[in-house]
Amino acid sequence: MATTQEAKTGGSTLEGLRASSWSSRIAVAIIAALTVLLLVQAVREPGQFTSQLLIGLTNGAIIALIALGYTLVYGIIELINFAHGDNFMIGSFVGVTVLSGTFLGLGFFAPIDASSGAALKVFGVLFALVVAMVVCGLVNVGIERVAYKPLRNSPRLAVLITAIGMSFILQNVGLAWKDASQIPFPSLVSNANILAGVTDEVTFRWKDLFVLAVTVPLLVALSYFIRSTKQGKAMRAVAQDKEAAAMMGINVNRTISVAFLLGGILAGASGVMFGLFNGTTVFDVGLRQGLFAFTAAVLGGIGNLTGAVVGGILIGIIGSMTDQYIGVRWTDIVIFTVLILVLVFRPRGLLGDRSAVQGGGGE
Amino acid sequence: MALLEVEDIHSYYGNIHALRGVSLTVEEGEVVTLIGSNGAGKTTTLRSINGILPPREGRIVFRGEEIQGVPAHGMVGKGIAQSPEGRKVFHRMTVLENLEMGAYHRNDRAEIRQDMDRVFDLFPRLQERVKQEAGTMSGGEQQMLAIGRALMSRPKLLLLDEPSMGLAPVLVERIFQIIEEINKQGTTILLVEQNANVALEIATRGYVLETGAVVNAAPAEKLREDPKVREAYLGEI
Repeated sequence: MATTQEAKTGGSTLEGLRASSWSSRIAVAIIAALTVLLLVQAVREPGQFTSQLLIGLTNGAIIALIALGYTLVYGIIELINFAHGDNFMIGSFVGVTVLSGTFLGLGFFAPIDASSGAALKVFGVLFALVVAMVVCGLVNVGIERVAYKPLRNSPRLAVLITAIGMSFILQNVGLAWKDASQIPFPSLVSNANILAGVTDEVTFRWKDLFVLAVTVPLLVALSYFIRSTKQGKAMRAVAQDKEAAAMMGINVNRTISVAFLLGGILAGASGVMFGLFNGTTVFDVGLRQGLFAFTAAVLGGIGNLTGAVVGGILIGIIGSMTDQYIGVRWTDIVIFTVLILVLVFRPRGLLGDRSAVQGGGGE
Repeated sequence: MALLEVEDIHSYYGNIHALRGVSLTVEEGEVVTLIGSNGAGKTTTLRSINGILPPREGRIVFRGEEIQGVPAHGMVGKGIAQSPEGRKVFHRMTVLENLEMGAYHRNDRAEIRQDMDRVFDLFPRLQERVKQEAGTMSGGEQQMLAIGRALMSRPKLLLLDEPSMGLAPVLVERIFQIIEEINKQGTTILLVEQNANVALEIATRGYVLETGAVVNAAPAEKLREDPKVREAYLGEI
């Protein structure tokens, strides 16, 4: 590890290369080779490449929002909340339920679907987002209270096992609620290409724009909250030293709840967007998306908020590039290979662990 | 009535009986010091008072109110602040943010500003480093920050745990001058210190702890002259 870091920070590239170990040289060589191959594709068919890049960005944004939940919680109590991906699934279920207008057999309003008017569609999407964010935020807080807080002073393995248990429970709640089949989402966000009149080469759809338009404000708000508000600063203080934070008068338990609340809110938003974007959801969608997001969080440096976003977008792009140039069947293999490579060669992740939750935004 | 009365408290780490009936009082305006060797229970006494390690038995009365059941985060609102052992500044936050955390439970902005100016008067170094991350500062500067942070809550009682630890002698002297100054400005101080020499110099009274119990209590000048204390804690034979 020390040598790779030296290589990163050391003076000239040559010096760094000499100092680095064989394994990291091989890793660098593989990454370089793949980048060259991608660049060749980019030059041969720039339109296709750009389209894939944009799809990757959109998928990455959805993953990043989930990854933030892993990283927020890890940053503050050093727990991998394995139930988080399933909370994301609950978010998508809440979204599709809200849009159906029917809950517990009671019809509250007519389903909002592709045939609804534009204003109603916008309202429906926003309403579904808000309800899912609230529900997932509260579910996350509830999980923490019931399953993690009583184990605060237990060995970490105990909490980890509880987290896996919570994951199964949520999955089965989803199964009991909506059955095992794929659940269609109404297509409320247009599939049409925004750039249709400008160029035929590059595809950037309204729904890609929609995902970015929801994600970016959420990221800005989160960053502002952590960096500048009193509660956000308290959260960083708790992440760094719980005892000292308590001495300052900060209610440590409440602050931990806030971290879970924020993570849940982001997962809820992500769940609804995922459903609208892909047109479908299913009870075990949280497992795959959750693992992607976990990989993203580790890739960026778990505990580091900026890292989670960077990691999410990288995973999104790696996924879309693999889809296009290697084959859809290889995507999961490639992404989890990335996870293993990161854990082996750079366990602290690209941007280093913890710095953002504990240290404030990560400039 | 004394500002703080600790009556026969028993505290435990798991099954380890760490405090075996400690009693002490701190009067308003005093500097009271707890001296004793490693493991005597000095830090544990402070942790019991400030709610981090609530005592299983005994009473702690602060300003006429029993506080032994108050959670740790409630103590600062009662008027008790602490500069803990090992400083425990928030390493990845700036000096300014650390001081803001000290005033976390307060909402009176104008007065917080005044108190911050007062801290900067006491520790001009902190003002120079206001935007610096606390973890990048020297041990002495971090100690100043830990004390300044505690003062930001405008405490009635300031608990100081080993403020001299790991500091050069010149710096120790400087810190203790400032502690005296803080006391003169009206803050009562309960001081735990390994370095009994400097502690007894500024203290009004002292308690000697051994294996979780008070074995001697006297005005500071008496303790300085006590042959046993001189031998055990002042490094004289």
